[in-house]
Amino acid sequence: MAQAIPAGQKWWSGGKSPFNVEYGKLMMWYFLMSDSFTFGAFLISYGSIRFATNGWPNPNEVFKAFPLVPESIHLPLVFVSLMTFILIMSSVTMVLAVAAGHNNDQKKVTFYMILTIIGGLMFLSCQAWEWTHLHGEGAWWGRNPFPNADGSKASTNFTNFFFTITGFHGFHVFSGVVINVIMLIKNLRGDFAKRGHYLMIEKAGLYWHFVDLVWVFVFTCFYLL
Amino acid sequence: MSTVETTSHDNAHTTFDAKPIWRTFWILLGITLVEITLATIHLKTGFPNKYVLNGIYLILTCAKAFYIIAEFMHLRHEIKNMIMTIAVPALIFVWFIIAFLWDGSSYNALRNRYDAHYAEQNLIKVAPAEGEKPAAEKPGSAQ
Repeated sequence: MAQAIPAGQKWWSGGKSPFNVEYGKLMMWYFLMSDSFTFGAFLISYGSIRFATNGWPNPNEVFKAFPLVPESIHLPLVFVSLMTFILIMSSVTMVLAVAAGHNNDQKKVTFYMILTIIGGLMFLSCQAWEWTHLHGEGAWWGRNPFPNADGSKASTNFTNFFFTITGFHGFHVFSGVVINVIMLIKNLRGDFAKRGHYLMIEKAGLYWHFVDLVWVFVFTCFYLL
Repeated sequence: MSTVETTSHDNAHTTFDAKPIWRTFWILLGITLVEITLATIHLKTGFPNKYVLNGIYLILTCAKAFYIIAEFMHLRHEIKNMIMTIAVPALIFVWFIIAFLWDGSSYNALRNRYDAHYAEQNLIKVAPAEGEKPAAEKPGSAQ
């Protein structure tokens, strides 16, 4: 992968692409890096507050509902597993769209972009349901009906962090869906076919995978730990 | 992959086969299922100690993150220098996380030690009636 660079070669004097990626793609990578710092800061503050608190609600007690299933039946982790599956699946269809773009297959790109958008909308619907359900139970910013795992009274930090971080992630999913819809429209208009390459799909794909990546951490931090 | 002297926009070196994509998908799904299975076993039996379990979760999460970044985002197939410009800042962040968690934990220990009222809050179980404050919560009763 790495190669020796001949002495005296001026890689950065222009006319070359030292990283062998398109400018926009490289900048997308650096944007995502900065975005990961934002999410990282959120999760770090969540973690340090949690470490600085004696008790914390048990996620298995809080997230145990499933749509259309009676409240009395407790299904911890099942709904969030479904959400994780949906997001991973839409990530796969996104890579397949990128792969189709590499083969200049306009029809396949359209097909997989539609699937990805559906996946994103499904995830957003799941999150909307979960938020509505928790709000119905009395949880919101500044309100926490769930006691700590040891039975003592919990602070509102739990709900504040949950809604802020999953909300920020959900907002990213929403923007991702909007970006994907724009890409789909551009693809249907034949913009990429005219241009001869589908790099825009790749950039949208990077963003979409990043959303999936963040969810992996949100899933661990809020539902497992 | 052998030469970087390209100014064109076609990424001829990048290949997106369907096979590794689906392989990555199965790995991600498998890891998630393992996590959920472990969580369920812990719920039913309490067998893997919670701290051991948390360590396993963190390792599995990092594994998932690696596969998403390396395969789905295709970073593994980029030029090494570019990988480093992204990986190095991200890895420095790990130190940041450890430092903050350590700090939070130390703050909590200090408060439990020197703030009797704070430490006592944890002993009060949630009162059945709202607004009914246990005696220990009244100011001055902490001593």
